[in-house]
Amino acid sequence: MNGNSGPAIDVTGLNKHFGAKHVVRDLTLSVNRGEIFGFLGPNGSGKTTSIRMLCGLLTPDSGSGTCLGFDVIRETAAIKREVGYMTQRFSLWEDLTIRENLDFVARMYGMHDRTRVVAEAVEELGLADRRDQLAGELSGGWKQRLALAACLLHRPKLLLLDEPTAGVDPKARRDFWEEIYRLAAQGISVLVSTHYMDEAERCHRLAYISAGTLLAKGTAAEVIAAQHLTAWSVSGPDLVEVVDRLRGKPGVEHITPFGATVHVTGRDAAALEQSLKSLTLGPGHHAERIDAGLEDVFISLMARAPDEARQ
Amino acid sequence: MSRSVFSYRRWIGILVKEFIQVKRDRLTFGMIVGIPVLQLLLFGFAINTDPKNLPTVVYAADSSIFSRSFVAALENTGYFKVTSLAPNEAEAQRMIAEGVAQFVVTIPADFSRKLARGERPEVLVEADATDPTAVSNAVSAVQRIAATALTRDLQGVLGRSIPAPPPVDIRVQRRYNPEGVVAYNIVPGLLGTILTMTMILMTGLAITRERERGTFENLLSTPALPIEVMTGKIVPYILIGLIQVALILLAARFVFGVPMQGSLLLLLGVVLIFIAANLTLGIMFSSIARNQLQAMQMTFFFFLPSILLSGFMFPFRGMPEWAQWIGNVLPLTHFLLLVRGILLKGNGLDVLWPQIWPIVAFMLAVILIGLRFYRRTLD
Ligand SMILES: Nc1ncnc2c1ncn2[C@@H]1O[C@H](COP(=O)(O)OP(=O)(O)OP(=O)(O)O)[C@@H](O)[C@H]1O
Ligand SMILES: [Mg+2]
Repeated sequence: MNGNSGPAIDVTGLNKHFGAKHVVRDLTLSVNRGEIFGFLGPNGSGKTTSIRMLCGLLTPDSGSGTCLGFDVIRETAAIKREVGYMTQRFSLWEDLTIRENLDFVARMYGMHDRTRVVAEAVEELGLADRRDQLAGELSGGWKQRLALAACLLHRPKLLLLDEPTAGVDPKARRDFWEEIYRLAAQGISVLVSTHYMDEAERCHRLAYISAGTLLAKGTAAEVIAAQHLTAWSVSGPDLVEVVDRLRGKPGVEHITPFGATVHVTGRDAAALEQSLKSLTLGPGHHAERIDAGLEDVFISLMARAPDEARQ
Repeated sequence: MSRSVFSYRRWIGILVKEFIQVKRDRLTFGMIVGIPVLQLLLFGFAINTDPKNLPTVVYAADSSIFSRSFVAALENTGYFKVTSLAPNEAEAQRMIAEGVAQFVVTIPADFSRKLARGERPEVLVEADATDPTAVSNAVSAVQRIAATALTRDLQGVLGRSIPAPPPVDIRVQRRYNPEGVVAYNIVPGLLGTILTMTMILMTGLAITRERERGTFENLLSTPALPIEVMTGKIVPYILIGLIQVALILLAARFVFGVPMQGSLLLLLGVVLIFIAANLTLGIMFSSIARNQLQAMQMTFFFFLPSILLSGFMFPFRGMPEWAQWIGNVLPLTHFLLLVRGILLKGNGLDVLWPQIWPIVAFMLAVILIGLRFYRRTLD
């Protein structure tokens, strides 16, 4: 089987070790056709490693599953033909020109109408007049657009994007996401890793990985609800002193500054409320219960993970 | 199940990309052209040294006490070491052609008879002068013993004084390179060193560069097969190597006037075997090295002994035994003998074989070691 039915990604129990280090533990993940799936987690949590296993660049130590209906262990060649993988680090050839890079990629996928496809891609990128410029001379934002164009060249059915918008300005990020939505509307499935909350919120569903273990998955609302997190927003003058007094109080798990306010969160709603009430807040101080956001949830998840996750 | 087969189109794509990259990389390009030129200049002024105990074959048609004394006198100079006595002339000639012997000393059948009559018999000393620096001191020592070698024997036997001209007429024949032109030796040698350099360093760098810059990941994520990537990246350097060979041979022929006695086709075959041996080493280095710097260091770690211990820089027989032992493992040592043998001696395959199999053995050993290090994926 292959083709266009069934989930785009469906893997169970994938594991990967590097030496003695258990980098990905029992990864079970499913991504639907046409879905934009967000993949979040702190540095070194195993996002890149997971993505590499999905597209056949790394062999899992154990586990099984399919990618576009092809077996992730035995049918990596077929997967490679139909998946577009954008690496975390710019990985096109900096000493080749824009056109040469695209031409090379088109050749690797054995495309017959290479010249036309490359010319169109250059045109769509808006780089027609710079197509003979070396890729290494492009700015970060342009490199990222070129990399995306390169992995779309062979019309993949699934896109694996590893932190595609890191270091890119807000306007370029918005354009980028518009493109992602357009592709998803055409039925292309997208798995995208990111550290940005606004991007996480744009995904249909998301998963949070920490120290190699998936800790949460579902829609943003489901992920938030599953953590049973209570959040309070405290505003007013001299918040530094307030924060000092709150720290260590029962029920207070995290205190995170958010502009002119601080968010105080914890899973024990009653204890947290008690601690906030008992605190004699000065005049002008205002504490208010709010809905926990994705960021509150991720900060809470991140802090609970064992230290090895942050190596 | 989808099977993946070698794709010619993808392979061409990799080839084209590699050529463009080589063309853009000024430093590499400079090395490819610059190294041969630099080495030609440097080694054109060869270093003179003084090797002793050069292997000598004696073919004595006359087995009298006189011929034995003469041979002993030769050995006493320190330059000659009689390694064997040839049963016939053909055998002696085979040994010098193969390079087993550096000298052939032929003592004629009428040696003692002529000596007794004071007729000054001729002794022929043939030297393998492909590497002229190796034999020049030995050759001059030969001339000095002509006068003294047989003094005592002759006085005892003949009971009369020695004639004023030396009793023996020693004819020295510098074979293969009669004028002792250093360039004859150096130019074929350059062929070997430059190929070693280009093949190991360039392939090593070409592969580690992709890994270092992260582009390897991109390459692996496309349907390109490892075999296509490897061969596609290597073939351009084989072509570059062959261009270097052609350049050096042209310079050898038309600038230095090096004679080309043997078959050029045979030379090409030998060059290809040598290239293959070095390529496997380059690939092995690139799969061990984590970055370009390490690949470069490994290359020099191999290149230095190759230059110093192969007989390129110093006459092989002038080196201590342990160094010769190391030298014999290196492909360059055998390649030098092969190229000199083909170009200067006109040797054929039958004579060359003893130098060919060590290169092939080296290559197989490297492949065996390399297989343990080869990384197919990013693991
Ligand atoms: N080839 C490798 N050899 C050894 N260890 C590795 C290798 N690749 C990754 N690791 C380790 O595996 C862990 C997970 O790395 P990975 O790159 O998957 O994390 P990540 O979630 O993508 O992080 P980031 O957000 O920083 O990109 C890290 O501790 C890393 O050091
Ligand atoms: Mg990563």
